Amino acid sequence: MLTNEIIQQKLTEKFGEALTDWQAPYDMLTFTAPKDLNLKIMQFLYDDETLKFRFLTDLQAVHFPDKKGAELAVVYHLHNWVDNVRIRFKVFTDIQQPDVFSATALYQSANFMERETYDFFGVNFVGHPNLIRILNVDEMDYFPMRKEFPLEDQTRIDKDDEMFGRGKY
Amino acid sequence: MSDHILLPEGSIEKQTTTLNLGPTHPATHGVFQNILELDGERIMKATSTVGYIHRAFEKIAERRPLYQITPLTDRLNYCSSPINNMGWHLTCEKLLGVTTPKRVDYLRIIIMELARISDHLICNSIVGVDSGAYSGFLYVMQFRELIYEIYEEVCGSRLTTNIGRIGGFERNFTNTAFEKLEKFLDEKSGYPAQLKEFENLFNRNRIFMERTIGCGPIAAERAMNYGFTGPNLRAAGVDYDVRIHSPYSSYQDFNFTIPVGTTGDCYDRFLVRNQEMWQSLSIINQAYKKVQEFKGAEAEVYHADVPAYYLPEKKDVYTKMEALIYHFKIVMGETEMPVGEVYNSVEGANGELGYYLISDGGRTPYRLHFRRPCFIYYQAYPELVKDGMLSDAVITMSSLNLIAGELDA
Amino acid sequence: MARPVQFNNTVKFEGIPEGYMGEGFMATNFEKVVGLARKNSIWPLPFATSCCGIEFMATMASHYDLARFGSERVGFSPRQCDLLMVMGTIAKKMGPVLKQVYLQMAEPRWVIAVGACASSGGIFDTYSVLQGIDQVIPVDVYVPGCPPRPEAILDGFMKIQELVHAEGLRRRHSDQYQELMNSYGIK
Repeated sequence: MLTNEIIQQKLTEKFGEALTDWQAPYDMLTFTAPKDLNLKIMQFLYDDETLKFRFLTDLQAVHFPDKKGAELAVVYHLHNWVDNVRIRFKVFTDIQQPDVFSATALYQSANFMERETYDFFGVNFVGHPNLIRILNVDEMDYFPMRKEFPLEDQTRIDKDDEMFGRGKY
Repeated sequence: MSDHILLPEGSIEKQTTTLNLGPTHPATHGVFQNILELDGERIMKATSTVGYIHRAFEKIAERRPLYQITPLTDRLNYCSSPINNMGWHLTCEKLLGVTTPKRVDYLRIIIMELARISDHLICNSIVGVDSGAYSGFLYVMQFRELIYEIYEEVCGSRLTTNIGRIGGFERNFTNTAFEKLEKFLDEKSGYPAQLKEFENLFNRNRIFMERTIGCGPIAAERAMNYGFTGPNLRAAGVDYDVRIHSPYSSYQDFNFTIPVGTTGDCYDRFLVRNQEMWQSLSIINQAYKKVQEFKGAEAEVYHADVPAYYLPEKKDVYTKMEALIYHFKIVMGETEMPVGEVYNSVEGANGELGYYLISDGGRTPYRLHFRRPCFIYYQAYPELVKDGMLSDAVITMSSLNLIAGELDA
Repeated sequence: MARPVQFNNTVKFEGIPEGYMGEGFMATNFEKVVGLARKNSIWPLPFATSCCGIEFMATMASHYDLARFGSERVGFSPRQCDLLMVMGTIAKKMGPVLKQVYLQMAEPRWVIAVGACASSGGIFDTYSVLQGIDQVIPVDVYVPGCPPRPEAILDGFMKIQELVHAEGLRRRHSDQYQELMNSYGIK
């Protein structure tokens, strides 16, 4: 039976103090890793005979504008189908230089997910074969999911902002 | 026999044709663009472009209180919107730590399995249409109308249902709803008979088999690497199903099997979907029996007790102070939710539909991410159709059950 | 299961246009005859992108049967069709494609915007969604609903039929129409 404690112990044995912020919200083991280690961790989790995390469930980013120097978090969800255990880990990166290693070599499924993350947040996945916008138009010059950008289309002229509670006064 | 004029090696330049399939091509059933490089009719290379109906769900979700996000989830996979709705409610309930009564769970299962049937039914009949058998589509579409009538009776809407609330349902199922369900489940005149006929039409149909066997296959290993889930993965032979692996909404109380295929080609995907419809019918029958077993006050339970998120009854709003306050706070979206980070997934009609919700204690999610199954497995499409015929690419696309709204979010 | 064969004796005939009739001939207004013919043989081009397309599927299928209104043939080539039915959200990425399809259609052409998204952007007031297709192409009939019920789509279709029936033969050559086209940048 693979428990969160065993996973944590295994990972700490391998990576030592580099992994921090161990939590288990709603029983899913969560930790933070330095961004240079993300591939090594995934590879270790994939290869290890007891861990066997061989399915990348999800990959996305979160923007924390207040965390200076670590504004963008890339979140990986991995799943071990043999023991049916999920874990989640995050790597934080500076928004000025959002370079994170790409997981495409390990998981084909990371391809679109990383492109989407790039499209939304501008995370630059180093080593990605085709890192271009996926959902938005190619001409777009900003990353819409970052917190500072508004949801609404700013070029609309048919809407009176006053009537929608977005007026100046 | 040497009368043939033999051209010297290399004297004909090998040329390929570039064909733009989509984004509005009728065979793509949605807005997918593929730029195909063809050698005759054989596909050498496919390049997919997506994003033609990107609607920014995740950004909208950051501005909405929890219950206003339900209508957004409707529009993800609109062929089976109740599953999306329920998945979202279950995520919220997980965040809030709400446990729902058994009767609610069973009613939800009835609705979710109906949705699964309606999704698979569309997908399979469209595979038929694409291989030249239009009649199956016309037959089964009538029965989708019966499912929609049940939705209508429960929530008032047909397609984008917005069904249920956090904690349960907005109202109890009426007797008419159950009557309609019985009509749908009837062995002789209901859907089972029709599904049997549909299977007779297709399963051993020589033309259909020749057309789909060996078309767009994928090995289990590759499928897992590509992030396949749902019927498409099961057709490749991996028995992963969220309903079994992490049971939600009391799926553990039911007896059903996971159909699996072997080769992961269009034919296997078709058969797996058909089998899943039978399993769903069996689950609905079991759930309906369990629902009928509730007696007395228990038979009236249709929601959990979550006053801060579940709209109080209108008559209480007029007479009770507390109900009025809750009503106001819910409607105005002023309920603060607990801080937390939760990932929850349900077995959507085309795979593991996940919700990753981060709450910072505000009134709206800090970040909400949808794990959309078909967005993830669509990237295998170029590999699936490579070295196949152009006409196979069309069937492969429809048998993958790609829903543009879900893919592009 | 035996199905009784019966004659459909409830067929309603379309009203004969006003005119002068004698033995073996009829003299009437050309416009009316053309209108009548066009009205009852509209070839729709479904431009279905999302949810409304699924409802259109229901409209087209056996239960609601769009073919009753003379649209048995749902064409998928813009060059052959008269009626562009835009169903579903049109993202900004899709806008130019939509216009391209419209331009490929031959005159006379009509457009029906089915559903809230096609009409106004619907609930998606976001950076990526076109706020109504009338920003890129002229629209004749809007059908509200998210998604509209098949009955509503049929109602919108019948409204189009009325328009087609009543349209004068010279309308598409008028200055007013030219001006409308010019306002969309269509020559």
